[in-house]
Amino acid sequence: MTTGNVVAINGNMVSVSVKGDVSMNEVGYIKVEDKRLKAEVIRVRADQAELQVFEDTKGVSVGDEVEFTAELLAVELGPGLLSTVCDGLQNPLPELAEQAGFFLQRGLYLKALDRSRKWTFTPSVAEGDTLAAGDEVGSVPEGIFRHRIMVPFGWRGSFTVTSIKAEGDYTIDETVAEVTDEDGNTRSITMVFEWPVKRAIDAYAERQRPEEPMVTKVRIIDTFLPVARGGTYCIPGPFGAGKTVLQQITSRNADVDIVIIAACGERAGEVVETLREFPELIDPKTGKSLMERTVIICNTSSMPVAAREASVYTAVTIAEYYRQMGLNVLLLADSTSRWAQAMREMSGRLEEIPGEEAFPAYLESVIAAFYERAGVVRLRNGETGSVTIGGTVSPAGGNFEEPVTQATLKVVGAFHGLSRARSDARKYPSIDPMDSWSKYPSLVDLQMVEYARDILEKGDEVGQMMKVVGEEGTALADYILFQKGEFLDAVYLQQNAFDPVDAAVGVDRQRHVFDILFRILGSKLRIDSKEKARTFFYNLRQKFIDYNGAEWESDDFNSLESEIVKMLEDVSDGLEPNAEQAYNKRGSNA
Amino acid sequence: MRKVYSRIDSIVGNVINVNAEGVRYGELAVVSSRYGDSLAEVIRMRGNEVSLQVYNGGRGISTGDEVRFTGHPMQVSFSDNLLGRIFDGSGQPRDNGPQLTDNLIEIGGPSVNPAKRIIPRNMIRTGIPMIDLFNTLVESQKLPIFSVSGEPYNPLLARIAMQAEVDVIILGGIGLKHDDYLYFKDTLENGGALSRTIMFVHTASDPVVEALLVPDISLAVSEKFALEGKRVLVLLTDMTNFADAMKEIAITQEQVPSNRGYPGDLYSQLASRYEKAVDFEGAGSITILGVTTMPGDDVTHPVPDNTGYITEGQYYLRNGRIEPFGSLSRLKQQVNDKTRNDHRAVMDGMIKLYAAYKESQEKKSMGFRMSEWDDKLLKYGTLFERQMMDLSVNIPLEEALDRGWQIMAECFEPQETGLKSELISSFWPKEKAEEASA
Repeated sequence: MTTGNVVAINGNMVSVSVKGDVSMNEVGYIKVEDKRLKAEVIRVRADQAELQVFEDTKGVSVGDEVEFTAELLAVELGPGLLSTVCDGLQNPLPELAEQAGFFLQRGLYLKALDRSRKWTFTPSVAEGDTLAAGDEVGSVPEGIFRHRIMVPFGWRGSFTVTSIKAEGDYTIDETVAEVTDEDGNTRSITMVFEWPVKRAIDAYAERQRPEEPMVTKVRIIDTFLPVARGGTYCIPGPFGAGKTVLQQITSRNADVDIVIIAACGERAGEVVETLREFPELIDPKTGKSLMERTVIICNTSSMPVAAREASVYTAVTIAEYYRQMGLNVLLLADSTSRWAQAMREMSGRLEEIPGEEAFPAYLESVIAAFYERAGVVRLRNGETGSVTIGGTVSPAGGNFEEPVTQATLKVVGAFHGLSRARSDARKYPSIDPMDSWSKYPSLVDLQMVEYARDILEKGDEVGQMMKVVGEEGTALADYILFQKGEFLDAVYLQQNAFDPVDAAVGVDRQRHVFDILFRILGSKLRIDSKEKARTFFYNLRQKFIDYNGAEWESDDFNSLESEIVKMLEDVSDGLEPNAEQAYNKRGSNA
Repeated sequence: MRKVYSRIDSIVGNVINVNAEGVRYGELAVVSSRYGDSLAEVIRMRGNEVSLQVYNGGRGISTGDEVRFTGHPMQVSFSDNLLGRIFDGSGQPRDNGPQLTDNLIEIGGPSVNPAKRIIPRNMIRTGIPMIDLFNTLVESQKLPIFSVSGEPYNPLLARIAMQAEVDVIILGGIGLKHDDYLYFKDTLENGGALSRTIMFVHTASDPVVEALLVPDISLAVSEKFALEGKRVLVLLTDMTNFADAMKEIAITQEQVPSNRGYPGDLYSQLASRYEKAVDFEGAGSITILGVTTMPGDDVTHPVPDNTGYITEGQYYLRNGRIEPFGSLSRLKQQVNDKTRNDHRAVMDGMIKLYAAYKESQEKKSMGFRMSEWDDKLLKYGTLFERQMMDLSVNIPLEEALDRGWQIMAECFEPQETGLKSELISSFWPKEKAEEASA
């Protein structure tokens, strides 16, 4: 084992004079008094290595001993990960609390997975079968999922099964299968293995194009700015615009199998909400608590900075692991800016030449590499699995021109930019419908969406113009267009996250309601004054908001709908020509 | 007996270098110069070269002065004897009272395990409608007051302190003007609150390094009170001075600045303080209200910007009023469904109408003809500003809600408010409804 001694300390960076070989990103432990502080090698120069310490360095002294492990920073993968809550280094937080009380105690590291719990293993291979890395040897039930026990992803070559355990209960450390490699060496497979977090798991046949929509039950997203399974999206926004609320809503409602929440350098309180509420919330799809499909990696803002950087990698590695079981996984990272800042802090201590806003020059490539770990993959057994990554960005001053936002926009497939103007006006979710974009297919007919978007844009133009020429200087037709745009915004783009019904709108309802909305937007209206136009839209909006709050397909819902349709028919002269065209062809572009 | 070093190798700003052995990172030392003793903290080590940050500043320190290492990090005394006392940034008495040395605790301790936190659930009533109704303050919340120099943020802070129902108030003054320090002292004394108050005050004329210690000392003491079951309210004014002190020190240490000269870890530094706000299960809580003055009224300035990302909302204090736009209490949703069933709807509805009023006002100022709707909005806006926003309004939440309905009924037809019909039918003031139908 390589050892060394501390020679310099600067914040959470410690320089160590090393006796022996040391590798980049290797994990080392600094011995302080009776504690061992975990650290990662981030630079090696001759016999001196710089380590970033994942803990507070108070009390470290020159000459303190350092032990190197020869292992890269890795996470444990195995059954039992679901519903756990751990820090960026995969230490389970509830277990830490049991040992250390209210406060986190440095130098205390625990195994992420329960060693004593028995899992019911069912073998799926027989002696003599040939396997490769990532292939299934058996499975255990984990909650509602069939957790696949696989050949560790890092094993190279092919393996022949020499023994396999019969169906029965085993702990994760027990050997369930023995295999021999091409050179005849015997290796044993347990239910748990480690994987270095900074390497993408590549035990699959091919990567595919993300096309299937990932429903979030947020209207503005699913209809106008959709996200695909296996895709990537980012949510930049100034503080207070609702990034985290949007992430929380998505984590509840997203139509995926597993959600990994990486709370990276953000408020602890927000994690607590998830932590305390999820066990009580029932997932309508499975009838089980939401916690059973969730993993929380939380390295909040007051926890050690270096572990913040590790936390996003820990999260994406766990996401990739479950993807290997043919599941759809959503990773929500909040916020990637804090991760970038952690890199900046360390870069400053290393005295690297700073790039823009003192971020390191490698910022872009690191961000790109992270988002590229998302994707739909076809596994070797023919199944597909996906990892979708949604990251929030907290741009300094709410200005999207800053390096982290720009680097992120280059690599994502959808951009949900939050706007301060909309959140100030309490228009939630405050995604800017004009600036945001998505490259993924929508839930509803594309042409109809385009038509609605066009109304929104033109209505906004009229609105801008009206600020200059006033209402009296605006033509009636333009004024109606403006009212239509406002109406669309008020009843469809905005959604009340605290209304039990309106908070989550399923696919059928979205399609149905959008249809009615489209007929309103596309109608030629027989209205002869602006005053009447305004009253009409106010009344209609009132009805529509009540309608949005009514239970899907309830009596209330149906009667409100017929009232709305009646109100429209009273003044409508049918659809505008291009609206009619889009409407009649609906479905052909969905 | 620990070694005494009598040779200081270099003095740069507030940082001195000493050649010493067996020193630990973060350890405290005493530097004795002919102007008296000062504490100093180890901030960097390279071989035997130890850099110390001198709390009283480098001014007057001689290369021949003595440095004595204490063998422990910065500590502060904690007991009930602190109540009613006033200290400076390094924990020395400022009020001629005795120095306290019993039951020393370390400052800047570890972070609370997120798994041990609980969801905040108690509203803190302040009697200010812009807070209680629109942006409710919640126990264990961390909230800054964003303001600019010259605004009455200290009086607002003092008023909240006096009216809020808490057990202990800890005031951390950072770069405080001496007048403001006296103002707080007098207000709390006259209000009879000084006996449950502890003040750690760094005034503008004190050494800059001490400014960095004020939040840590204040919060370390709060934490102990909270663990004893007390509900603690920490007031920090002004956190921009804290950040500026950090900037000053980082620059003299030749750190690479990130944004407008502030160090790259500004966010983490601020966060490690604000995140001390907590509600301990089975014990007390810490609520933090800080003042952040925005240089040039610019919210994108690094200090308010980073603060906004850390705290659970913010209050904008502008023109002597708490602005409804931008002001936000993120935790209000935890409590405002338990107050009255119209609370949320009135809150959202009134703000939307006020936003529409602002647009009409803009149109009016540009000389456009006002429609009937504009006139209604203008009337509404005026009433709203006078009866709700004015800081002199001091009424409980329920009264504020009733007043909200009254204002809306005076200006609008029910359907124009965009509120749900069932709420309108139960809360719309009856006499107004009759008037309208008559």
